[in-house]
Amino acid sequence: MAACTPSRGVSFDIEQGEFFGLLGPNGAGKSTLINTMAGLVRASDGNIAVMGHDTVSAYRQSRAALGVVPQELVYDPFFSVRELLRLQSGYFGLRRNDDWIDELLTTLDLGNKADANMHDLSGGMKRRVLIAQAMVHKPSVLVLDEPTAGVDVDLRQQLWEFTTRLHEQGHTIVLTTHYLEEAEALCDRIAIIDQGELVALDSKHALLERCPERKLTLVLEDASINLPPRLEEKVVERDSNRLVLMLDKRHMRIGEVLQAIQTHGIELIDLHIEEPGLEEVFMQITRKDKGVRA
Amino acid sequence: MNWSGMYTLLAKEVWRFLKVTVQTILTPVVTSLLYLLVFGQALEEHVQIFEGVNYINFLIPGLMMMNMIQNAFANSSSSLIQSKMNGNIIFVLLAPLSVLEFYIAFTLAAVLRGLLVGIVVYIAVQPFLDLPVHSWGYAVGFALLGSATLGTLGIIGGVLSTKFDQLAAFQNFVILPLSFLSGVFYSLYSLPETWQTISRFNPFFYMVDGFRYGFFGQSDIEPGTSLAVAGSFFVVLALLTLWMLHKGYKIRH
Repeated sequence: MAACTPSRGVSFDIEQGEFFGLLGPNGAGKSTLINTMAGLVRASDGNIAVMGHDTVSAYRQSRAALGVVPQELVYDPFFSVRELLRLQSGYFGLRRNDDWIDELLTTLDLGNKADANMHDLSGGMKRRVLIAQAMVHKPSVLVLDEPTAGVDVDLRQQLWEFTTRLHEQGHTIVLTTHYLEEAEALCDRIAIIDQGELVALDSKHALLERCPERKLTLVLEDASINLPPRLEEKVVERDSNRLVLMLDKRHMRIGEVLQAIQTHGIELIDLHIEEPGLEEVFMQITRKDKGVRA
Repeated sequence: MNWSGMYTLLAKEVWRFLKVTVQTILTPVVTSLLYLLVFGQALEEHVQIFEGVNYINFLIPGLMMMNMIQNAFANSSSSLIQSKMNGNIIFVLLAPLSVLEFYIAFTLAAVLRGLLVGIVVYIAVQPFLDLPVHSWGYAVGFALLGSATLGTLGIIGGVLSTKFDQLAAFQNFVILPLSFLSGVFYSLYSLPETWQTISRFNPFFYMVDGFRYGFFGQSDIEPGTSLAVAGSFFVVLALLTLWMLHKGYKIRH
């Protein structure tokens, strides 16, 4: 869908129909990349194409293919929600678009706010209007720049459902987010950028594989047992009745640990496994990038 | 051309000023009537500039033009600075609109506001005066040219300013003096020679003078010359604005 090579070596393709995550610490250049894609920022070097249309030489086609939900809750205070949607629709050359506008208002649960001024809407409502504005010209690609920042749990769930539905309908979705569990739950493929450079680009599963250590917490009657040396070196925390081990899931089975405990005849009271998440991968990659060992 | 997009942007800009008509239309009318009352009444007995034209009548076209150009400037500049400060300018920037479409929509909206203000002032003074129209062509032509020029200057002001304060400085230190010193209240020939020379460098003077010719068939300068000077000024500004917009200066970073 989008091939981009702006400054400092960020170069990648997003496939059509993909749910793509763009992650990175604050100031990494995520918004700059998105804004360049949307033509709001001019790339100093390189180029970006949306659905094959260059964002500079074929800006009309590329902009028509793209819907952007901005990070900030921006709006024109002169107009009501419906007026704003009609205007946005008109900018894209769609003069009679009320059926789709009504559908968007209903889908985003804004039906009874159509005639309200944006002033009078809550933050969550404003966010929905921004999504409706981005979708008003039925773009193939929807870019959401931190859409769930500062929204409550209910709305976050609704937004997740809405974007998932759009994805199922064939839209390409590009999401930037600070919430890594959000990217983990929704995205097929993820790019991590840091300090303006692409530091990782892979499928979610492949990225998760980069951090193979799972955390095993055991609550025991007595934790002062001697485990076989191979397991003992994996212990990272121990107190009177609790043992915490970091196990590489590729080489070490949990059964092996349980067997060792059984051999010592110690009663296992509870057990908890934490699988590595995107957060660990993210931390590992962005720290490594700064020359810090994870 | 994205005609529909351009039309929508124009409609939005017009709709915007029509939503606050007290500020955008009524205020300039009241100001004009006050000027007329104060200057007209105070000076009518003492000043006659054109033969057979009393001072109040002389004043009206100048006041109309001054209001038209100030409002045309205010329209595009305030819309741009507000949308830049609010951040909602991105909705226009994200749309498939060309630089030319953007320019035409903003300028035409400014022209429409200018004309509307001019017409309302004209209607408002009718009960008190009998203002002739010598040539509708010149009157309307200069009204369009003046509003379009100031609409364009408004775009430049709105684009260049990053704060309301900067725009206010542009408005108060450039637009306001140039419009006040453009011969609204006097004839060029009533000034000392030095000031006459200086006034000839003020492009607004040619707009006011040419517009006045449309009413009385008399002017300080040959209307064709005024048309050429004001027209050239407009073309230069329009090209400069299109170039700035094309570069994305202070809009697309």
